[in-house]
Amino acid sequence: MARAVTTQRKTINTIFAWAVGLLIFFPILWTILTSFKTEATAIADPPVFLFFDWTLENYAVVQERSNYMRFLWNSVIIAGGSTILGVIIAVPAAWSMAFVPSKRTKDILLWMLSTKMLPAVGVLYPIYLLFIKLGILDTRVGLVVVMMLINLPIIVWMLYTYFKEIPGEILEAARMDGASLREEIIHVLTPMAVPGIASTILLNFILAWNEAFWTLNLTAAKAAPLTAFIASYSSPEGLFYAKLSAASVMAIAPILVMGWFSQKQLVRGLTFGAVK
Amino acid sequence: MGRITLDKVSKSFGEVEVIPPLDLTIDDGEFVVFVGPSGCGKSTLLRLIAGLEDVSGGEIRIDKQPATHLPPAKRGLAMVFQSYALYPHMSVKKNIAFPMKMAGIPEAEQERKIADAAAALNLTDYLDRRPGQLSGGQRQRVAIGRAIVREPAAFLFDEPLSNLDAALRVGMRMEISELHKKLATTMIYVTHDQVEAMTMADKIVVLRAGVIEQVGSPLELYREPRNLFVAGFIGSPKMNLVTGAGDLMQGAATIGVRPEHTAASKTEGRWKGVVGVSEHLGSDTFLHVHETGLAETVTVRVGGEFDANHGDTVYLTPEEDKIHRFDGEGLRIA
Amino acid sequence: MATQHSRSAARIMMAPAVILLLGWMLIPLTMTLVFSFKKYLPMRGGDLGWVGFENYVRFVTSSAFWPAVGTTLVIVGGVLVITVVFGVLLAMLLDQPMWGQGIVRLLVIAPFFVMPTVSALVWKNMFMDPVNGLLAHLWKFFGAQPVEWLSDASMTSIIMIVSWQWLPFATLILLTAIQSLDSEQLEAAEMDGAKPLSRFGYIILPHLARAITIVVLIQTIFLLSIFAEIFVTTQGSFGTRTLTYLIFQRVLESQNVGLGSAGGVYAIILANIVAIFLMRIVGKNLDA
Repeated sequence: MARAVTTQRKTINTIFAWAVGLLIFFPILWTILTSFKTEATAIADPPVFLFFDWTLENYAVVQERSNYMRFLWNSVIIAGGSTILGVIIAVPAAWSMAFVPSKRTKDILLWMLSTKMLPAVGVLYPIYLLFIKLGILDTRVGLVVVMMLINLPIIVWMLYTYFKEIPGEILEAARMDGASLREEIIHVLTPMAVPGIASTILLNFILAWNEAFWTLNLTAAKAAPLTAFIASYSSPEGLFYAKLSAASVMAIAPILVMGWFSQKQLVRGLTFGAVK
Repeated sequence: MGRITLDKVSKSFGEVEVIPPLDLTIDDGEFVVFVGPSGCGKSTLLRLIAGLEDVSGGEIRIDKQPATHLPPAKRGLAMVFQSYALYPHMSVKKNIAFPMKMAGIPEAEQERKIADAAAALNLTDYLDRRPGQLSGGQRQRVAIGRAIVREPAAFLFDEPLSNLDAALRVGMRMEISELHKKLATTMIYVTHDQVEAMTMADKIVVLRAGVIEQVGSPLELYREPRNLFVAGFIGSPKMNLVTGAGDLMQGAATIGVRPEHTAASKTEGRWKGVVGVSEHLGSDTFLHVHETGLAETVTVRVGGEFDANHGDTVYLTPEEDKIHRFDGEGLRIA
Repeated sequence: MATQHSRSAARIMMAPAVILLLGWMLIPLTMTLVFSFKKYLPMRGGDLGWVGFENYVRFVTSSAFWPAVGTTLVIVGGVLVITVVFGVLLAMLLDQPMWGQGIVRLLVIAPFFVMPTVSALVWKNMFMDPVNGLLAHLWKFFGAQPVEWLSDASMTSIIMIVSWQWLPFATLILLTAIQSLDSEQLEAAEMDGAKPLSRFGYIILPHLARAITIVVLIQTIFLLSIFAEIFVTTQGSFGTRTLTYLIFQRVLESQNVGLGSAGGVYAIILANIVAIFLMRIVGKNLDA
């Protein structure tokens, strides 16, 4: 039972919380505002907040000059491809662990998680070398595979926790009704798990989109996604604040929106079900 | 049609043997109830018959055909689960159609069978709803409908009424019994509720710790329980099991007297005791009597007008020809 | 529930995921282990043979090692303290009744979704730049001398940036944990005469203990390997070279793979120590 709270107390809470919330959000807000300024306004002293001549020029420049679309497309392919591939591999595995548990299931799940905790830098050179040998350095295929592998434990884990919530009796009913294993997964399990699968896809897309170790180290010109594109602004180009801001906003906006939708699943996915 | 034979069937989970080798024959058209306390292996036994679990040893035959190693779908059985196990993402109609779709039955025939089943189960108006929009009783009927359309050799019910409230349970009990009479198909029904067993079964199989304690018709079990366990399990309220009742023992270690076979009086009788609680049901009154020197509590059923309160002294007299006698091993003495 | 049939099906369906992850773990790990015992300089002669534990000794005795360990610990520790303390406070604040709770929540968690390179660049240029950065303007407004953030206060800056990224994570998880606290417990404590501070100390904090532990462990694992934030801001200079960054430099910048691999093995061991504790907690929660 929620208790009745005085309006006064609620007002104080509201003011305080909004102040803190805006403070935390401010760097993003400031980036968004700056992206609509001219370069001159962007470094004006004192800085201007809202009252300037809004312009879309930076967005146009960034797109034209830096081939933004290619980086964006790389990001989409890498994040999307790795997530979808991961889900295709993870669904059968999660089915097995959720519905046909054995004594080793728990160990396998924990072991999968432990691979996620391997520090990337520890295997940087071997992967780099393998990529050269296989001829997939700076290719989207290579990154799709790596992103899939680093997120596979989380995908398996999330799907597992969602599948666990589906009563086994329903799958047994399907079996009694004459469904084969494939039919059972396609006609019964998957439709029932759609919300869970969707949030798994969403969260892992976000994680892959923002990943910035392998994308920085395994790509150069061809397959570089937005993380690398933005990093290229760390050179003197970064002094063009308005353009940097426009590029940043374009890189984070879609993910920010997706992230807001997936905040509930975020907790489950990132704590491996330990906090619900 | 639907004769099911279990021949030395056993089941172990790892080291633990939950069902020692067991023989059982279920005749075609019979309504068989597996009853026993929770953990007695009755659901496991049903799942072995369904094929949802592998047997660890022995043979299962359905209509004389070996079925031990057939997958569930190939055994020609239909199952109604405790949770109903309806597909939440499909309409009632699609739920009922699912087994037929899996079997590749033509659409027209599917439609006809769905219509028949829906009419028989009062579901016609709900065919387009999702299971989530139905009441418990309606969900139960959908689960039964899904089973009927397969025209199975036998129906398996796994505690199907335990999620319903008491009033609905009585109604559904009768609906299932009536369905059985109408279809005349073999039904195997698992429950822990001896009232369901008594009211529905042609044949009751009493299980304890994976072992069959007794098989028989409800009245056989009521009149001649083979041992103390069955005696205590069948009948409500429970049979009074007492020791040290003097000449009534006739060499037995324990004797059993049902509450309905014991008379009570305020003035005279064989056993004297003090009323602990008297439960007035209106038609009947149950007296729970202490300090008889026979058992901690002796329960008797008396008429609704019998007036006794906590602390009153009452005298109890068992009907001598309805006394059950058991030896030191707990087995019935003939 | 299971039959022989479904068990063998399960094994087959699990196989792709297990084999892939096994390969992903074992192949590079073995290679790292092998390289770590070799003198291996791809640009200067390649594989120059086995050297035993020399790389391990050299990595630890190099002048860069202990500062890197120190830097790593300060960054991880600093970010943990900031995110947990402010995370608890923020979570409690967001749990209070207010108007627009949903929107405030969105504002607070937003930084977590910003890609690391973006947040590092935005902070570096638009906030911490000593001439045009917003913080410089703020300092000037109060009549103070603007700080050269990334050179004079490099560690503080990195900790600030990383904390900003991870505070939402801590807040969100702690908020979820707080919301699972039965409000009747708090009301009972209030009836028993517990003051707000003791209610916090005796009921809220113990209730959060597990969530805090999880936040600490998960963040530690991610923080030990932060990379982009340093790559984009200081490139490891001004005393911000963490262990991860040091290994990265050894491997890719100076192309001393043997030495870097030995460092990698150390990093793996370090991460595993933390991981063991995390796995224990996760495992307990998992009754498979």
